[in-house]
Amino acid sequence: MTKSVWLGTAVLALLVAMAALPSLFTGADPDATDLNATLRPPSAEHWLGTDQNGRDLYARIVYGVRPSLLIGAGAVALALAGGVLIGVAAAQLGRVVDQVLSRSLDVVLSVPGLLLAFLVVAVLGPGAGPTCVGLAVVSLPVFARVVRTEVIRIRVSQYVEAAHGFGLGRAQVVLRHVLPNAFGPVMALATVSLGAMIVAGSSLSFVGLGPQPPTAEWGAMLAESREFLALAWWPAAFPGAAITLAVLAVTVVGRHLQDRIERRRA
Amino acid sequence: MRPATTATGPDVSRTAELVAVRDLAVTFATRRGPVEAVRGVSFRIERGQVVAIVGESGSGKSVTARSLVGLAGDDATVRAQELTFDGADLRQAGERAWRTLRGRRAGFVLQDALGSLDPLRRVGAEVAEPLREHRIVPPAGIEPEVVRLLTETGVPAPESRARQYPHQLSGGLRQRALIASALAARPDLLIADEPTTALDATVQRQVLRLLRERIADGTAILLISHDIGVVAEIADYVYVMKDGLFVEEGPPSKVLESPTHPYTKTLVAAVLGTSRGPGRHGSGGPADGGEPVVLRADGLVKRYRLPGRGEFTAVEGVSATVSAGETLGIVGESGSGKTTVGRLLTGLLSPDEGRVEVDGRPWDELRGRARRAARRRIQMIYQNPLASFDPRYTARLLLEEPLRVDRTPARERARHVARLLEYVGLDEGILDRRARDLSGGQRQRLAIARALAPEPAVIVCDEPVSALDASIQAQVLDVLAEVQERLGVAYVFISHDLGVVRRLSHRVIVMKEGQVVETGETATVFDTSQHPYTKSLLDAVPRLHITYPTGT
Repeated sequence: MTKSVWLGTAVLALLVAMAALPSLFTGADPDATDLNATLRPPSAEHWLGTDQNGRDLYARIVYGVRPSLLIGAGAVALALAGGVLIGVAAAQLGRVVDQVLSRSLDVVLSVPGLLLAFLVVAVLGPGAGPTCVGLAVVSLPVFARVVRTEVIRIRVSQYVEAAHGFGLGRAQVVLRHVLPNAFGPVMALATVSLGAMIVAGSSLSFVGLGPQPPTAEWGAMLAESREFLALAWWPAAFPGAAITLAVLAVTVVGRHLQDRIERRRA
Repeated sequence: MRPATTATGPDVSRTAELVAVRDLAVTFATRRGPVEAVRGVSFRIERGQVVAIVGESGSGKSVTARSLVGLAGDDATVRAQELTFDGADLRQAGERAWRTLRGRRAGFVLQDALGSLDPLRRVGAEVAEPLREHRIVPPAGIEPEVVRLLTETGVPAPESRARQYPHQLSGGLRQRALIASALAARPDLLIADEPTTALDATVQRQVLRLLRERIADGTAILLISHDIGVVAEIADYVYVMKDGLFVEEGPPSKVLESPTHPYTKTLVAAVLGTSRGPGRHGSGGPADGGEPVVLRADGLVKRYRLPGRGEFTAVEGVSATVSAGETLGIVGESGSGKTTVGRLLTGLLSPDEGRVEVDGRPWDELRGRARRAARRRIQMIYQNPLASFDPRYTARLLLEEPLRVDRTPARERARHVARLLEYVGLDEGILDRRARDLSGGQRQRLAIARALAPEPAVIVCDEPVSALDASIQAQVLDVLAEVQERLGVAYVFISHDLGVVRRLSHRVIVMKEGQVVETGETATVFDTSQHPYTKSLLDAVPRLHITYPTGT
């Protein structure tokens, strides 16, 4: 493992810990306003300064880890589950089903991703849950395609042929041999997608479609900071840095896992 | 056929000596520490002489050859008391000296002709490269020289072949093109590393003949092979290599007729085994007509649609029966349709015409549960066992899976697995290892054990030993023979290797272009066949021209 992978793993571990137990990392209440201390620059009392309502930025960033990671992970999990179902169905249920599903996926892929996510959230209403669903709908076709290709590749392998030879039924073969062997590439895609999902989730929050105020969320914090950018740089800079750092850590670790999976398969 | 040449004696004058190697040692630096691939070998090659190094994969024979041309690899440390080429000390050679040596003085022919030829370059350009690189002929003379070389190596219609790409040529033609390019610079030494291993018997023979003709021009050949039969055909002097050392050396007649080292004996026995019939473990073959027919194929036809229009008939009217405890051999060159027949028999493919019956019930009448039950009666062993194992599974899981399907209780499963291992001579220690961590021979034994698990009536073996070294081949064939004797399972044995088929089969089907050209008792077909195709197949097998004792 290289230095960057170690660093990425450490950052990721820290973020997961913050998401799980934010109160361990800060004693301050992220939502407590102090109108006597608005837009204070970083100091010993407020490490990263305060925002326009006098809320401690460090506390808000720490508490903002959970929604960011949860939205990213939730979207990936939904996309993964849906992708596996649709991908396996397309690969296994004959040419007509495959054509219908694959062309439908093409249609979804032809719509710009964020626009589609906006549409879904607009229909379902803002909030963390709808954001997850919206992002999952956007990335599901990619998962479905990878699953479909992997299933088709593995289905013609000799070990699947041999399994049929022992009298295993079709469903058993898919569950025992095809899906587990498709796992590697799909997981690689999932880890790499996680970073993109975190950014996309923040984007939706930025335009007000994510978790609603006063919830501490990085994208929403960025959005609020815009109006005061001329007066204070810190309410914008620190949430932005947090997003960048989180995505970098996830991507570095994801790439590393992907490499390892590929090396093992070679 | 060819007498041992007298040029190999020790009293040959120094000027005839081309290569001299004394105490060559090659060590590879690996992550697990240094690996000694070659541990002190000495040999000489004279002009016009064919020297062969025989051994199985991993014995160090290829590394030895590569060390002569400076291609042992970046991780390799080459040491020698003496390492000379035409009097020049190679131990001090720099990259420039090596490059002059390679191609100019020493040509290199590898086993995999498709892999060594640039897929995007026409064959003519490939042959022309050494001519240009080493300025063998003036630029204007390159094209006629290419044609001359291709003609000389027996490539028909050389002008048009030179304009084709490697993938448009057959395996034999590609190998000839590669030899032509290796000979282009008129080297003193031709190093041929397994030059015929990937080829069919007929083509193999032509390539060997071609190599032999080079000796007349004074070109020396260093032949690397795992097949002692190939070596016997053309070599003047043979070194037998095992674990980085020469364990035996001498003229082929001596090494083959009176091998002294136990390893040489197994190598020779593996080739001689081709002359023995089945049942050498005392079974004496199946009783004639007494055993029930377990597999019957009737008038099988399989066609494939070609891109564009037209059809390709892979199998045309093949019929066969297999009785319990019997081995039916299917032989033929690659593309003759024998693998397709195997897949039709196992029900993996459906025939366009004709039918296959397992235990008297035709595949096409079986559906659902009954079909799955029937599948267990006929198992398959593949050429590459690794591909037939789920890569995530340990040996134990692989063996247990077929038992789980019919709900064998856990305690009984363990006993059953132990028994399967015993059948194929595997140790229980391998159970928790994955197949990719096993050796080639162990993998194929594991494949046999797994095929036996559902207690099948028939096992279709598609080239089950073709990817294995000769001595391992013999062991795996022994396992198959023993299992048959103990369990009475029938085999359909598909192979292009006549020797292997002969060793195991009671009856043989000879296939050509999808049709059965001949069928009968093994001995009858192999010894008294009048069919021209069968005879050409038989003639193509490199023979050991020595007398060998019969029986064991």
